[in-house]
Amino acid sequence: MRAWKELIKGFWYENPTFRMLMGMCPTLAVTNAAVNGLAMGLATAFVLICSNIIVSLVKKLIPDEIRIPGYIIIIATFVTIADLVLAAYFPDIHKVLGLFIPLIVVNCIILGRAEGFASKNNVFYSAMDGIGMGIGFTWALTLLGIIREIMGMGSIFGIPVMGVGFTKWVIFILPPGAFITLGILLWIINSLSKNKSVESHCH
Amino acid sequence: MIFIGAILVNNFVLSRFLGICPFLGVSKKVDVALSMGIATTFVLTLSAAATWLIQSFILEPYGLSRFLQYVSFVLVIASLVQMIEMFIKKASPDLYKSLGIFLPLITTNCAILGLALLAVNKSYNLTQSMVFGLGAGIGFTLAIVIMAGIREEIEQADIPEGLKGAGITLLTAGILSIAFLGFSGLISM
Repeated sequence: MRAWKELIKGFWYENPTFRMLMGMCPTLAVTNAAVNGLAMGLATAFVLICSNIIVSLVKKLIPDEIRIPGYIIIIATFVTIADLVLAAYFPDIHKVLGLFIPLIVVNCIILGRAEGFASKNNVFYSAMDGIGMGIGFTWALTLLGIIREIMGMGSIFGIPVMGVGFTKWVIFILPPGAFITLGILLWIINSLSKNKSVESHCH
Repeated sequence: MIFIGAILVNNFVLSRFLGICPFLGVSKKVDVALSMGIATTFVLTLSAAATWLIQSFILEPYGLSRFLQYVSFVLVIASLVQMIEMFIKKASPDLYKSLGIFLPLITTNCAILGLALLAVNKSYNLTQSMVFGLGAGIGFTLAIVIMAGIREEIEQADIPEGLKGAGITLLTAGILSIAFLGFSGLISM
């Protein structure tokens, strides 16, 4: 049924990170450790779901000419909420994610789904779309974080897994490691699936 | 110093991860990349000024910074981009033809909002913010033009099917990023 289809498309076929190549900035920047990737994914998912729901609810009320600023206000409000909640209850995460929490506002996934889906569908499907894309983004970021953390620090979520003799490939937690890990992951995923990733113009 | 720092040491794209979005998408040809870079630099410098003004004269005096900062900054940036686009369209249709199409895209460029927030964090004054913006833009342009140059050459090479497009761009970016890491000791900031 359609609700299920809207929900699961974000997991793989239209995965925002690996297939649609959206929201690249946070993907590369905060995946230096698994917990950071997970936190960013969840924060983005929260904003995405809330914004999809609200945009879908008010889509008839916003005049077409100012729809983008309208969506931006909605999204920025939820990002501000997420930022304040993180600062209050998870100050360590807040410090690590730092600049990239407010950058969720300009994350192409959220504006892209608001413009491309939530403004044209009802609340229920928009929520499903948001949840699906949110989960897809979160698992992608967490995977990237896990790989980079294992290679760069020998641990997963802070738990050492590689043993004492493991030489840390520090480069993986530095900027180049982000690019390289994502590039290789894309290679693997593109080789595994039949159709190539659809590059949206938003990135 | 802020200038060199923004271009080389903490290059916005290759070490701060801002502006990845268009970096991956618009770096296929050198002339297109250059246009995007110039347009972005322009927006960066002006929005650095605009957001500084908003922060100093509206947000801080009224203590609204924590609640309205993101909303106001991004609205200012979006409006600024809209105004620049209209201005260029009227003033120089030729310029519009080469740069104009990128302008709406620049609104969602993480670098613009990122720069505005970084400048506030570092408590730069107006001039420093604008220099920061200019430097960031030049650094972005540098990165995207280098990438376009490389990609133009790579087109001829035999890339594995799974790597074509974003994959090889990312690996190349990784190598570029390693190169730029070499700048880290350049200025003791």
